[in-house]
Formats: sequence, C-alpha cells, structure tokens
Amino acid sequence: MLTRLSNIYRLGVKELWSLWRDPIMLVLIAFVFTVSVYTSANSTPETLHNAAIAIVDEDDSPLSQRIVSSFYPPQFVVPRMIVPQQIDPGMDAGDFTFVLHIPYGFQRDVLAGRGAEIQLNTDATRMSQAFTGSGYIQQIVNGEVNEFVNRYRANTVPQVDLAIRARFNPTLNKSWFGALAQIINQIAMLSIILTGAALIREREHGTIEHLLVMPVTPFEIMMSKVWSMGLVVLLASALSVNLVVRALMHVPIAGSLPLFFAGAALVLFSTTSMGIFLATIARNMPQFGMLMILVLLPLQMLSGGSTPRESMPQLVQDVMLFAPTTHFVELGQAILFRGAGFDVVWPQFAATFAIGVVFFAVALARFRSTISAMA
Amino acid sequence: MTVTAASPPSPLASPPSTPVVSVRGVWTRYGKTEALRGIDLDIPAGLMIGMIGPDGVGKSSLLSLISGARVVQEGDVRVLGGDMRDRRHRLDVCPRIAYMPQGLGKNLYPTLSVEENLQFFGRLFGHDGPERRRRIDELTRATGLDPFLSRPAGKLSGGMKQKLGLCCALIHDPDLLILDEPTTGVDPLARAQFWDLIADIRKTQGQMSVIVATAYMDEAQRFDWLVAMDDGNVLDTGTPQEVFDRTGTTSLEEAFIALLPEEKKRGHRAVVIPPLEAEENDIAIEAQGLTMRFGDFTAVDHVSFRIRRGEIFGFLGSNGCGKSTTMKMLTGLLPASEGKAWLFGKEVDSSDISTRRRVGYMSQAFSLYGELTVRQNLELHARLFHVPREEIPARVTEMVERFDLTHVLEELPESLPLGMRQRLSLAVAMVHKPDLLILDEPTSGVDPVARDGFWRLLVELSRRDKVTIFISTHFMNEAMRCDRMSMMHAGKVLDSDVPQRLIDKRGAKDLEEAFIGYLVDAGGDTRSPQAHSLQEGAPAMSGEPSHPDTGGAFSLQRCLTYAWRETLELQRDPVRATLALAGSLILMLVIGFGMTTDINELSYAVLDRDGSLLSQNYALDISGSDYFVEHAPIRDYDDLDLRLKDGELALGIEIPPGFGRDVSAGRQVSIGTWFDGANPSRAETVQGYIQGLHQHWLTEQVRRRTGSSAGTFSLENRYRYNPDVQSLPAMVPLVIPLLLLMLPAMLTALAVVREKEIGSIINLYVTPVTRSEFMLGKQAPYVGLALINFLLMVLMAIFIFGVPVKGSFPTLLLAATIYCISATGMGLLASALTRSQIAAMFLAMIGTMIPATTLGGMTDPVSSMEGGARFMGEIYPASHMFTISRGVFAKALGFSDLAGSFLPLAISAPVIVGVAIMLLKKQEA
Repeated sequence: MLTRLSNIYRLGVKELWSLWRDPIMLVLIAFVFTVSVYTSANSTPETLHNAAIAIVDEDDSPLSQRIVSSFYPPQFVVPRMIVPQQIDPGMDAGDFTFVLHIPYGFQRDVLAGRGAEIQLNTDATRMSQAFTGSGYIQQIVNGEVNEFVNRYRANTVPQVDLAIRARFNPTLNKSWFGALAQIINQIAMLSIILTGAALIREREHGTIEHLLVMPVTPFEIMMSKVWSMGLVVLLASALSVNLVVRALMHVPIAGSLPLFFAGAALVLFSTTSMGIFLATIARNMPQFGMLMILVLLPLQMLSGGSTPRESMPQLVQDVMLFAPTTHFVELGQAILFRGAGFDVVWPQFAATFAIGVVFFAVALARFRSTISAMA
Repeated sequence: MTVTAASPPSPLASPPSTPVVSVRGVWTRYGKTEALRGIDLDIPAGLMIGMIGPDGVGKSSLLSLISGARVVQEGDVRVLGGDMRDRRHRLDVCPRIAYMPQGLGKNLYPTLSVEENLQFFGRLFGHDGPERRRRIDELTRATGLDPFLSRPAGKLSGGMKQKLGLCCALIHDPDLLILDEPTTGVDPLARAQFWDLIADIRKTQGQMSVIVATAYMDEAQRFDWLVAMDDGNVLDTGTPQEVFDRTGTTSLEEAFIALLPEEKKRGHRAVVIPPLEAEENDIAIEAQGLTMRFGDFTAVDHVSFRIRRGEIFGFLGSNGCGKSTTMKMLTGLLPASEGKAWLFGKEVDSSDISTRRRVGYMSQAFSLYGELTVRQNLELHARLFHVPREEIPARVTEMVERFDLTHVLEELPESLPLGMRQRLSLAVAMVHKPDLLILDEPTSGVDPVARDGFWRLLVELSRRDKVTIFISTHFMNEAMRCDRMSMMHAGKVLDSDVPQRLIDKRGAKDLEEAFIGYLVDAGGDTRSPQAHSLQEGAPAMSGEPSHPDTGGAFSLQRCLTYAWRETLELQRDPVRATLALAGSLILMLVIGFGMTTDINELSYAVLDRDGSLLSQNYALDISGSDYFVEHAPIRDYDDLDLRLKDGELALGIEIPPGFGRDVSAGRQVSIGTWFDGANPSRAETVQGYIQGLHQHWLTEQVRRRTGSSAGTFSLENRYRYNPDVQSLPAMVPLVIPLLLLMLPAMLTALAVVREKEIGSIINLYVTPVTRSEFMLGKQAPYVGLALINFLLMVLMAIFIFGVPVKGSFPTLLLAATIYCISATGMGLLASALTRSQIAAMFLAMIGTMIPATTLGGMTDPVSSMEGGARFMGEIYPASHMFTISRGVFAKALGFSDLAGSFLPLAISAPVIVGVAIMLLKKQEA
C-alpha cells in the first residue's frame, strides 16, 4: 500500500514537471483562467442592454410622446423614429430587434375605452433578448398608459404594486453567473485535455511502454494523472476565483469557498477520468480532438451554465444528470451565490462523487485492456 | 551475393575546380549550445563525400544548412554556385538538391503507400503523369521496391524505408544528394543493397555529388573524400588514403580515434572481453516456442532459447524480423500468442510486479521523459523501482559517473546528442541494479568511441556483476563480442551459437558474410534479379530536362499535390472524417433539441398572510398560468429562505395582511416577490412573467369594478420570423455556424502541427513548395470536408428539425464556403503558432469555442456588448455567419439584404489565412 502511494505520488510529480516544461501550455492555462474568464463574463450584457428599438408614432399625441420618451439607455438605445415602410427592411437587416407601432388615434381610443391597440414587432430570432425585452416593453407601455389615464380620471385602478426583489444577485448582474459558468467550462476543458492528450502524446512518443516495464500498475499510472492534473486545474481555478472573480470583478461570494473547491475536486476526479477514457478510445491526436469536441460542447451547452436547465426537454435534462458538470453548476450556484452549506448541497456532492467513481472505474477497465496495445 | 564497395574510387588526380559546397566562418547556436563553431570547408564536386565524427559534433546541423533546411545564422554557405542565405537562390537551387534527414523514413508519410509517396514527390517537382510513371518504375525496379508499391510506407522495414526515402530523393535528378546517416538502424543486408544502389546511380550520373554522414566507419572507408568533424569543428579532410597517411593508421576506425583531441582519446581503449564463467544450469532466460501473431501476420514464430546467468546474448537480424517483439514478450509488454518464457525460473506474467524489478529494459526508440532533466529521470526511475530512499543519491551519482553524464546532469535529454541519450537510457535501465538487461539496439546511431565505451560497461556488468545481457544489434563487431548469438529472420531463429562457430559453419570470412549467407538461404534477399542492372542511360537517372518547374511563383500543381496528399491521409484514417461528420450531426441534434429559451414549469409558492377572497384570487391567477407550478405554501420567512437556497423554489410571493381590505379601501398596498437571481437569465424571465401576470390581474380588477374598459389597451406582440416562438427555428441557424467553426478548425490545426511533430515538415523546407502552396493545399481538403458537413447539417435542419431554408440557398452556400475558409484558417493559425499537437488543439479550442459561444452573438446580440468583447464580436467571422444564417433560414433574405455581413466575412478569410501563412517558416530556425 505504501509503495503504491509512493508510486502514485512519484508519477504525479513527473506529470507536473512535464507540464512545467511546456511554456505554451502554461501560458494558455493562465489565459483561460484569467483573460478569458474576465472578458467572456463581462461580455454577457447586464439584463437588457442597448436593445435596438424603433418606434412608428402615427398618433403623435401627448400619450404617444410619453411612451416614446420612456425608452432610454442603458436598457434601450435611443429609439429611432421611423415610418411604417421602414419596418420590414430594418428588421430584415437586423437593425432593430423591436419596433413599436403606435397607430393613429391611440390616445383617443384609450381614453374612450374603445379597445385601443398598440403593436410590437419583435425579432424572435434574437432569442433571449426578444423574450425579456418584449416583457419589458409591455411593462413600460402599461405604466405610462396607466399613469396617463389616472390623471384624467378618478382613482379606479387598485393601488397594488409589485415589490420585486431578486435574491442572491439583487441587480441580476449577469457577469457573476457568467464568470462561474466560464470557470466550470474551463475546468472541464482543461482537465480533459491535460490528461487525455497527454496520454496520447505518451503513446505517440513511446514513453508509455517504458512505464509498463516498470513495477507500476495501470491503476497507479492513472491515479497519478488524475491527482496531478486535477491539482493543477484546481489551483488555477482557485486563483481565478480569488484574483479575477473576487478581486477584479468584485463578485460577492456568499458561501464557503473551501466547500466549493471540495466540489470542484470531485468534479475533476470524474473529468480527468473522462479524459483518460477518451484517450483510450482515440487512436491518434486528431481523433482525440474530434471526440473531445463531441463531449465538451454538450457539457458546456447543456449543463445549465449557458441556458437554464428548466428550459431543456425532459430527456436532455435526465441525460445530463449523468454529467458531472450539471451538478457542478448547481452546487456552484448554491454555494457561491445562495450561500448554501453542505446540508443543502450534499445531494450534488453525492451525485458527483458517484459519477466520478463510475467514470474512473470504466476508464480504468478500458485503460487496463488497451494499455498493452498502446506500447 | 557479395558485398561490394559503395563506389569505385573516382579518379582523384583531377579534382573538379569549383567546389559544390563552400562554407566560410559558419556558426550555429541552439540557445547556449554551439553546434558549429566557425566552419570553413570546400567540398569538391562530383564525388562521394563522407562526413564522420562522434555524435553531436554538428554533422547534421551542417548538412541541414547545406540543404537549405535550416537558417544560416552566421557565416557564408554557398551551394551550387550561390548564397544559401538568398531566398531567390534557395528557390532556384532546391530542385537540384535532395536531402534525406536523419531517422528512418523521416520525410515519408507513413499512411501513404510506396507509390503514393513517390507520386507525391514527383508532383511536387512538377513532373507530368507519364514522366512520373516512368521515373517511379525505373527507381522502384532498381531498388527492388516494385513488388511493394501498394504497401503503406509506415509498414515497411527500416531498410526498405530508407530505400524509399532514397527513391523519393532521387526522383527529380538532383545534382547534390545529401544523406544524413541513411543506414543507421538498417540491417547489414539492406545496408549493402543501399550502397550498391547509390553506386549504380552514380555510374549513370557521374556529375552527381553525394554527401553522406555516417556512423559506420566501414562504409566511410569506401568513400572518395572524407570530412572528419569534432565539437563543431572540422578536424581533417581528404581521401581515405590521405587520412591514413597523416595519422599513420590503416583503418578508418583507428584513424578517427587518432584524429580526436587528446582528452577524448584518453578514455578510449579496446574492448577486452574476459571469458565467461557461467554455470551451465544457472538459466536466466528461457523461451520455448514463443510465438506472436498480429492478425494473420506471425511476427515471431516458435522461438526458443536459453540464456545463462551472466551471459551476453546477441540477437542479429534484419529490420522487422521479430527481435523487438521477442524482447517485448520477455518483458511482459506483449502477451505471447503461444509458447512460454521464464525469467529466473519464473514464468513471465505481465501482472507480476516483483519480476519487473529484476529486469532493466531499454527500448529501440528513445523513450525517456524529455521534459525531465537527466537527474530527474534517474531519480524518478530509482524511486519507481523502490531503491531505498537513502541509497538513491549514491546510486544516481554512481550511474552518472559510470556513464559519464556528470556535466549534463541538469540538462534536458532532448538537448543531448543521440549517443548521450542512449547512455542515459542505459543508465536509467540500470539504476535499480537489475539482474537482467534487455537492450533493443542500444547503440544505433552512436559513434564508435561511445559505442566502445558502452560495451566496456556491458562487459563489466556481465563479468563482474553477473548481470545477464540480452542485446540486439546491427553492428557486426558488436555481435562478435557476444558470448552467443542468434541469427533471426522473418520471425524465426535461423541459428544460435558462439559467433566464431557460426562463421566457421558457413565457411565465411567474417560474421557479415555469414549472416548474409544465412539470410539469402532463408530467402531474405528481397531484390529482384534485374535490380542489379540499371539500364544504361535510363532517363530517370540521366539528366533529361529534370527541373521543369523551379519558379518561386505560386504553383497550382504543387498546391494541389499537397491537397491530394492530405485527402489521401484523410481517407486512410476514416475514423477521423467519420467523427467529424457524424459528430457534427450528433451535436446538432443534442444542442438543437437541448437548448431552448422558452422557460416554463417554474416552481413557486405563496406566503398568504391575508387569506381574504382577493388574496386567494390573486394566487389563483398565478396558478392558472402555464409558466408556473405551485408548490406547498410557504410558512414563514425562514421557510422561504431555505427553499430558495436549495433551489426548490424559483419564486416566492408574499401577500401582506389586510390586503383585501386595503385594496377595497383604495389604500396603497404592496405584494412582495422574491426570486432566485443566481442564474440571471432565468431570473429575468421569471421577473417578466410575474410582472405580466400582475398587470393582467390589475386590468381584470378595473374591468370588474367599473365595468368600463377605459384606460385599457392591448399590446399586440408579433413575433416576427418565428411566430410560434419556437426555439428550434431560432436555434438551428445558430448551431450550424457554431459546429462549422469548431470541428474543421480542430482538424486543420492538427494537420499542420502533426507534420511538425512527426518530422515530415522537412519537405516544406527542402522542396520547391512555397508556404502558401503548402498551407492552401493542406487547407483545401478540410474546406471540402467542412462543406460536406454543412450540406449534411442543412439537410438535417430541413428534414429532421423541420426548419426550412426560407431565403436564398446559394447565398447561404456562398457564405458557408467563405466561412469554412475562415474556420480552417483559424486551425492553420493555431498550428502555425504552436509546435506540439496538444498546444495546437488547446489553442484551436480556445480560439473557437469560447469566442463563438460567448462573443459571437449566439445568445446575446453583438450590438448589446461593450468594450473588448464588442470589438471581438464585431470582427469575429462567426458573428457575421450567425447573422447570415439567421437571415437566410428565418427571414427569407437573399444576398443583397445581407451584403453588409458578407463584407467583413469576405475580409476575414484571406486575413486569417494570410497571417497563418506568414507565421509559418520556410526554414528551420
């Protein structure tokens, strides 16, 4: 047992040295955990931002002017005033995401209660912005109309307002969540590349054969890669969370960081195993590259980091429960933003650990059976 | 067959007046190491020139400078009458030079067949079809490769690889042939055939100059003119006879040692082997009927032998005869298909860790960790073999002294010359003091002095420490030193005995003759009979118009040659292409169905502190919505907090006490809502929904109370282009550009950097192909593959997702073509910047996935971004492709509507490819 641990330790240290002597890799690792996290987290606009809107005002009444003046930056760009003929070309070219069309006699009809109608054209291909934006616009127009009508008439509308409070991220600052999603993506990507591609390289350079004639077992070889590369990624992500996310981006962390990194370590256990597994399937580096994209892209897109899980079909949601990153996104959100403790996130920890054990076992079995073919 | 001299000595009475190569004051440095230190040398034309010297003295560096593969750092190199620093001259002259780099088949493409490799080089030099056919037939017939035209180069034996390399070098009738250790690692028979071939060619093409670097002194002895080098300097030049006269020796081996500076000579003395004193029954290795089959192919066929403890047992055989496989079976690396082997009386079992500790193995290929220093390599192995911790420093010191590695202790093995690396490999194999050493061609490529030193160590180990040594070799003088040896051919042991007795059995004059005799008997002479005679004046060898295309301008033929080669390689690895095609379809399915933005079934709960009719009415209104699913009522704030924290609730609503009463009285009341903001995009949707519902409730209340609908209006929201607000029609046009970027970029990135890692990039350095021809040629097949990919995805969009192309398909196709050029261009860029496949892969990943998914406007429009991200989004080709794809698929647009997005796309493609070409180097630095 002791010799086994010492072998695992020694081989792992060797992996660390190999990485240390590859300056390009070090630069790239540093890049993805700093610049890349920072820029792409900040690229996600804060809620509705600079939405392109145009308005056709045929009514030209006090009410319609009120409405026009209620759209202003930063949520919206200053509205372009256009004529009805410009609606279609403008939307086709993608110049406007929204066009609000106020018809002739709108104010009159509103005051008379004659089924006034206002038309909003939304470019539905703009996905998220289209949906949140049109909701926003409806609010704004409603508010303006109500206020306008109330001035003309007795107080008939109930004085009920909605006090909206977003918990855990009061301003709905997207860069917080964006940063977390980025770090999770980088963790998955790096751990798969570092273990998997490194194993393929050892095979292509013949060094794996060398290991096999030594008194070490496949289990030890694999374990050494898991711990060493896992450690590198864990350290890099810890630095990233502390220096970039906390110090530079001022994202408040609600919960316990050690708990979060404990979760990250569990995730790394399974993603590094996944990398090794992929390397045992691929016969050369180009094949590995393809396989990696096949695995990483769904992990990134469907774990809940880029779109909410609730919006995915049930089947996809169920399948993605087998991905460690899904649980990582959940536990990351819970710990970092909602300040959840272990009593709350233990199911995610358990799931991640179980997935890790399964992945490791499968990868080890596959590694054992293919390793002699590698030499 | 007899082994003839490489070439009849040329008449040296009249050496040609102008030297073919003239070198003045040349220095080459790699970092701190000085490989060449002010070389001055004139090499006469039309001769067979031998370059000899220990490892790492700069022979290869000098040859690569002469061939134009490496940049001249300092000094003057004139080849064939021009300056090699001048780009124009290099282009003019490179079709007249042929260069075969060190290493077996280094400039060949292993997955391509013999025929295809030759066709490739023929095309690069601009020969037309019939001309190529004629030359290939001539050359393969002469070399005896003609029966193997369809065999992949990677599956040829070492000797055949070198012959093929030579054919590829000769296909364009060079005036100067540069061979860097062409016979290292090649068995004696193939070696003899190789030199016969060169001699034949020189007979028909007398003016050709040949420069050969070699570690075999018996070969060099037959050359016309020699250059002896040491430590970056030229020691001596002249005919072999002149060298003998000057040093007062009779063989080149002795002469070479005599030429060495004093301090290097000091360590050298002849290898003396004391007689073996071994117990007849003390067996270290025993093999019985050992057999290894790979599919139909039997690599090792019932091999049996017994090796006594302390014996040095040699394996001699042609390349690919099964020596390495036998050794691997003994180490347990390969499980034997049949037969058994025992080490120290214990049966070989790959799972038996304890036996492994008694064995030291050194494989044919250098397989130490290049990233660890010499000391770290030794320490790592000592630890893995569980040398007690306190003994390790002493053991490492002992090894380092014994193998003379003291001054390179902290260096990386990659920076060491081959001979020194071999010594390190041996040191590593011995650091745990094994009882048995299995050495697979340990001295290949090692110079004579170092080789003798190596053997003295082996002898000492065997005789003093009683270490059993099982060694394979191509050197006859080494085989002679073995206590016993086996001749092997085609998986079978032909004979085993004491070397001298083998010679006597055959009645041969030396071991080489005996060995070749055995091989010929076993049918190992692969040359077809007519191969010996090259037809006189055969045009392939006799300077017909041999340099048809030497221009530096862009040549479509050369570009297409690379495209053809790349296509072949793609065909040979169908898994790669299949993964790329199937992968994109699978991913499209997953992402297309998986990523939607309609959010529903949000969980919420109510904390109703009022309990009035009105408050219940409010709660009921929400539960009637499709978007929300009601959970058990909230008890208090703590309950709310906990349930939000563990993610059970997305939304909590608190209706204050007295709500119904206050509303009726027209007093201001406020309903509280709390929702989970951890995921902002979901939170925004929740916020939008709840505000909408609230508004709706208010309007209802007004209508119910006043009966009038004054102040009400309806906001008609028309979702354009996607009236049902489905996710698929919105997602599919985005997924196509995304996948069209990532997969082709990844494939292309590896295509170029692979050549760098494997070594065939040398063909870019020494053939007339230009950087742009090389890059564009390599890119073309991947653009083609990407377009197939694109068409498949469009078909899938239409028939599986039911998302029709509403606009102009030609527009989409045009955009996709330009976009694929950009995408593969990004791959080229990644591989131009990096040197290892891992780094290229990583860079391609970072350069495509992250910008495309976050910056390219996939989820959030570029126009709403700010700062650097906005700038990146504006110039990134994916952003424009997203716009075009969305426009054509969903908005029924055509070219004129989308011209604004075409322009940046059309600019980006040549810019990306151009930068990639500029970053690639035409010479080694």
